[in-house]
Amino acid sequence: MRKSQRKVKDPLLISLIKALSEDRVTDGAAARRIYSKDASVIEGGRAGVICFPEDTAEVVKCVSLANEYDREFVTRGAGTGLAGGSVPCNDPIVIVTTRMKKIIDVDIEKKIAWVQPGVVNLDLSNFLKGTGLHFAPDPSSQQACTIGGNVANNSGGPHCLAYGVTNSHIAALEVVLPDSSIVQLGSIEGEARGYDLRGVFVGGEGTLGVATRIAVRLTEDPPEIATLLLDFSKITDAAETVSQIIANGVLPAALELMDRNVVAAVEPFAKAGYPLDAEAVLIAEVDGLPDGVSHEVGIITDIAINNGAREVRIAADEEERERIWKGRKSAFGAIAKIKPDYYLHDTVIPRGRLAEVIEKVYKIAETHDLVVMNVFHAGDGNLHPLLVFDARIPGTLEKVKKAGEEIVRISLEAGGVLSGEHGIGLEKQRFMSQQFSERDLEAQDALRRSFDPENRSNPHKVLPTGSSCGELNSLNEIPEGVWI
Amino acid sequence: MKSMEEFREEIGDTSFVSVRGGGTRWNLGGPLREGTIIVEAPKGVINYKPEEMIVRVGAGTKLSTLQDDLSELKQEVALAGFSESTVGGSLAVGSSSHRRARIGAACDVLLQADCVGADGKQFVAGGPTVKNVTGYDICRLLVSSLGTLALIGVVTLRTRPKPEIGVWLKGELDFGEIANCCYRPASVLYDGSKTFVFIEGYEADVEKERVFLEKVGMTVMDRALEIPPLQKGETKKDLNGGFLDLQTGDVYSNDANSNIEVSEEVQRLSNRIKQNFDPTGRLNPGRKPH
Repeated sequence: MRKSQRKVKDPLLISLIKALSEDRVTDGAAARRIYSKDASVIEGGRAGVICFPEDTAEVVKCVSLANEYDREFVTRGAGTGLAGGSVPCNDPIVIVTTRMKKIIDVDIEKKIAWVQPGVVNLDLSNFLKGTGLHFAPDPSSQQACTIGGNVANNSGGPHCLAYGVTNSHIAALEVVLPDSSIVQLGSIEGEARGYDLRGVFVGGEGTLGVATRIAVRLTEDPPEIATLLLDFSKITDAAETVSQIIANGVLPAALELMDRNVVAAVEPFAKAGYPLDAEAVLIAEVDGLPDGVSHEVGIITDIAINNGAREVRIAADEEERERIWKGRKSAFGAIAKIKPDYYLHDTVIPRGRLAEVIEKVYKIAETHDLVVMNVFHAGDGNLHPLLVFDARIPGTLEKVKKAGEEIVRISLEAGGVLSGEHGIGLEKQRFMSQQFSERDLEAQDALRRSFDPENRSNPHKVLPTGSSCGELNSLNEIPEGVWI
Repeated sequence: MKSMEEFREEIGDTSFVSVRGGGTRWNLGGPLREGTIIVEAPKGVINYKPEEMIVRVGAGTKLSTLQDDLSELKQEVALAGFSESTVGGSLAVGSSSHRRARIGAACDVLLQADCVGADGKQFVAGGPTVKNVTGYDICRLLVSSLGTLALIGVVTLRTRPKPEIGVWLKGELDFGEIANCCYRPASVLYDGSKTFVFIEGYEADVEKERVFLEKVGMTVMDRALEIPPLQKGETKKDLNGGFLDLQTGDVYSNDANSNIEVSEEVQRLSNRIKQNFDPTGRLNPGRKPH
């Protein structure tokens, strides 16, 4: 990152160095290459100058200089995004928030923590251990992803089924708007009056400004947790079990499904005791007070057995529970060993149509002679079909893209939506007009223009633009810290 | 039931227009400009899918009617209101329940909205699934907007399991002491001298917590606490005979303070949103969400 041996000529670079410091600003080739990508399948991004601010004032300086030099800017956390949301187009200033990693204040009684955006999700929950509180959103990349990234993507995670996604856990935000002014959105003292600016900022994929301080709501640790491992000889039985659990008024903390291919990849590594001969494994977790937990375990067990579950195993202790979850959360890494390339999808469908749509996903993969693996948040209908392949074989990438388009199409036809947690980024812009009419998109654009009239903050993302700076490609390397 | 097309035609594309629900909080945000056309949103439950935990309903449907329908299958929506309140009205004012700490806020309830914009054209915000990060979340913008950005006709709402039982207790414990006695209480309200706690869940669990709370001095109330409406943006110094929610900081009061200041930046941002959604100011003219 240090550039003392090189003559600095670019006036923007000089200004940014003056505003931050020489060791926190770079336009070196290696850094530009690294920060031109995220964890998605999007290739072709181009980073300009890369900055590492440490506080709000420095972010203001970066954004002010973007305005002064008429440059776009892109904000980026750990780069674990899977839709190209932080892939830079057209040499923008890249504002990397990973040095903004202070846990500023924790108020145990009010259950609020103020954090900087670069705090890693799991670091916050680890910091809170012993307080009886935790930060509920737990994307599977939580060991690496930042809370600022969670805010940008309105991230989910296995335990968001009962507790809600990130938006439900953000009380207030300090934001540097694209014109470099600072604004506080939301409130930690009761609900704010007026337009829900906090609510719309969360999930804005970095296009509405830069969150520089985040007040997160903390959730009480449950007094009792039961983790169930259910195995099925048909994946459609597992899917039907999911539907019936919800229909019976039980909203588990988590309800995750893995198919045979995933189990085969994960079990040798995780040694979670997943049955290798099962067609599908369902992890159900319920929490709360003891009688309620016991009651819901009974309901889930009965439904599963009625739907042909071969075994219902309840984790006997915390160690077994952790092993079960280790397998689930390490699925992506394990899958990488099967084929050199992958493409992970993310759509949501009505829960009641899980069985039917999963069958169609297998059929699509078969038609295109591809291997598909399914590990997903079944409880909220959030599918993650993962196509694994070898891009060196001519024509394979084209088949993967075609299969991906068909998966999106069947999800929409089933009454679903384009994304449940990865966002639109660059990856799914081209599909937006399949879900929304022109007038629907105009309303979305009206919101965006309100925050960013000059279209300076992470432009070229989310809404269809008619052109894209990135190309869908395969990844042949699993980036560190990325899971489904 | 009135169709969206009929609703759209009534709204038109030129006149000042407002949608009236039950009128229970009609004056919130200031008086409506004289001469404004008043229309009503479609009424009735269109499609209830308990297995999906979603319900599609006309925004003009009475909230109590909807809650009764959902209750038959042990579900509810996390919206609050009065006997005449409509679903659309509750959404327009962002009427979260006093149980918000446990069941979530009004802004989490709206999944999809079929609306008519200021240009008289119909558009859809959000999507019909319980999880969705597809594009910008216009639904959140519509909740609490007092109908100043678009007029909501039909909505898809998130439902949730209705707890088996709920119990109100009152006493003089402080919040810390109550927190030690129960897990995720639904409400902990304070009126300036007494504390009121609402616990809910499975009967056996609630019974144990009730016994525990009684042992430390709380007493069971023989009827539900009457709670005035949520006054967003107000703080504990505005209590005026109402209640302060010790978990969320929300204030419930019959006194609505119309002089709550917002920052210049929030006002500027809000003005731009209004301008971009309703350039001629024809939707609910006179109403100021802040």
